[in-house]
Amino acid sequence: MEIGQFFWEPLRYPFMVRALLASILVGILCPVVGSYMVLKGLSFFGDALAHAILPGVVLAFLLGWPMAAGALVAALVAAFLIGFISQRSSLQEDTAIGVVFAGAFALGVALLSTLNNYTVDLAHILFGDVLGVSARDLWVICGLGVVVLGVIVALYKELLVLTFDPMLALVLRLPATALRYLLLGMVALTVVMSLQTVGIALVLAMLVTPAAAARMVTRRLPAMMALAAGIGVFANVTGLYLSYYWNIASGPTMVLVATALFGLIFLFAPRRGLVWRKVAAAG
Amino acid sequence: MLAGLKKSSPHDLTLPAVALEGVTVRYEQTVALEQVTLRLRRGDCVAVVGPNGAGKSTLFHAIAGVVRPQEGEVRIYGSQPGRHICVGYVPQRKGVDLLFPVTVADVVMMGRVGQMGFLRWPARRDREAVRVALDEVGMGEYAGRQIGELSGGQLQRVFLARALAQEAELLLMDEPLTGLDLPSQEVILGLISRIQQHGVTVLVASHDLNQAGEQFPLILLLNRRVIAFGPPEQVLTAANLLSAYGSHIHVVQSGTEALLLADSCCSGGSALQQLSASTATQPVMQETLAEMRPPR
Repeated sequence: MEIGQFFWEPLRYPFMVRALLASILVGILCPVVGSYMVLKGLSFFGDALAHAILPGVVLAFLLGWPMAAGALVAALVAAFLIGFISQRSSLQEDTAIGVVFAGAFALGVALLSTLNNYTVDLAHILFGDVLGVSARDLWVICGLGVVVLGVIVALYKELLVLTFDPMLALVLRLPATALRYLLLGMVALTVVMSLQTVGIALVLAMLVTPAAAARMVTRRLPAMMALAAGIGVFANVTGLYLSYYWNIASGPTMVLVATALFGLIFLFAPRRGLVWRKVAAAG
Repeated sequence: MLAGLKKSSPHDLTLPAVALEGVTVRYEQTVALEQVTLRLRRGDCVAVVGPNGAGKSTLFHAIAGVVRPQEGEVRIYGSQPGRHICVGYVPQRKGVDLLFPVTVADVVMMGRVGQMGFLRWPARRDREAVRVALDEVGMGEYAGRQIGELSGGQLQRVFLARALAQEAELLLMDEPLTGLDLPSQEVILGLISRIQQHGVTVLVASHDLNQAGEQFPLILLLNRRVIAFGPPEQVLTAANLLSAYGSHIHVVQSGTEALLLADSCCSGGSALQQLSASTATQPVMQETLAEMRPPR
């Protein structure tokens, strides 16, 4: 099969075109937002948030709301609870995250199990269903993506100060608390947007893996974000095609490609890769 | 000319640069600062010394307006610290994420964020301020380096440049000399005194009583309260040091020199660490000794 045909053949199907567009959008957006998560150590928070939105998704389905709306409400409630518990008790924040995340996820599964003839498939929520992306989903992803990227561009220098040196943010009278919530809110939005593509269980990989790989080979944040987005798009598109031809679930395939790229960079990155350093140390 | 002074100071310079009146700060049950009253004039250069937990960081936070005291008030040139972006601060090296993907120029540009205002990107004057500030501290050729590639002294110089780019009129430095070799310490001390001579008020938290006594014209001895404030020979007396460090320290008067022995055997050694922080390369026994100048 020639290369062009390899690329165009799946696009005969409209659902594959929508899946490709969704993969590209999510592949750009997740790693950009994920860069802040990697730098701020928010990986666990992001994972917890993704799981905690399950009850929101199920309730949205029961009430006939759009899935994204329910997910967003649940994400905000979870984020608020985590902050509230860690501030009003002697517990560490990661403990509060653990409690809320597990509890909310259990609530979601319990709710799901009460539905007799539910069409919302647990597997689709957990692992995504990029082939089922509707045109409306695509518009929602696109709209939210523009908002999130717009905020990052507009507040780039403030967010940079907040992530690098929170104390400077306070000294400079930046609205540090509002910026922090904004960052968490953008993580929540991104998780919600990515649900359809990779699902609750794997969205963390989209956020963190490309950003982590990019961090190992870049020296400035804009370069890190750009490379992370490149890795994200490449991984998602490659993953989508592999899943089409090999008949594997698409979300996990995308994540596996991203993980493989991470592994390559971890081992072979110039100067900072494991193999490079070993060779340099030996020679 | 220092980069930080291009803009004429907007403050009433006849007022004290820093004025604390009966400032008390509590965290939950613990009192971090108690009834601290302090006045600094423009251009004063003060070493803040005291044992661990003496409230040095809290004092800085209160002056910067980051924590609000429960009692008393803080004034910077007569107005509340919350209104100022002219307070610069230099963090401890250990508090900096050295692997963060920012270059030296990026870090210095952060000092301009307050001047630029929301939704603005750096303009030519901001880039110029960054360049001038980096040249001022002799780090111009390192502008493109990632911060993890710098030595400890170079990193401190970059943060000083950030304060200059910020046009800071009050500079708070948290242990800037800890862990630096002697030549680097000299460079930083030289820069501090140059900055101070241009009317910037400087407070430096220090663990090293020796260095504070030798290098700084004013010492603030702190242990939640102000134990003493003034020139070294008035502050670093046996009585004051005992009062600040309590039973962790023994002061021996021998002829013209007071000898200070820090004792760590019974109580966790916090005072010992205080005194030996900058003398880590010396043998252990010497670490417990810090020679003091005699009170005059």
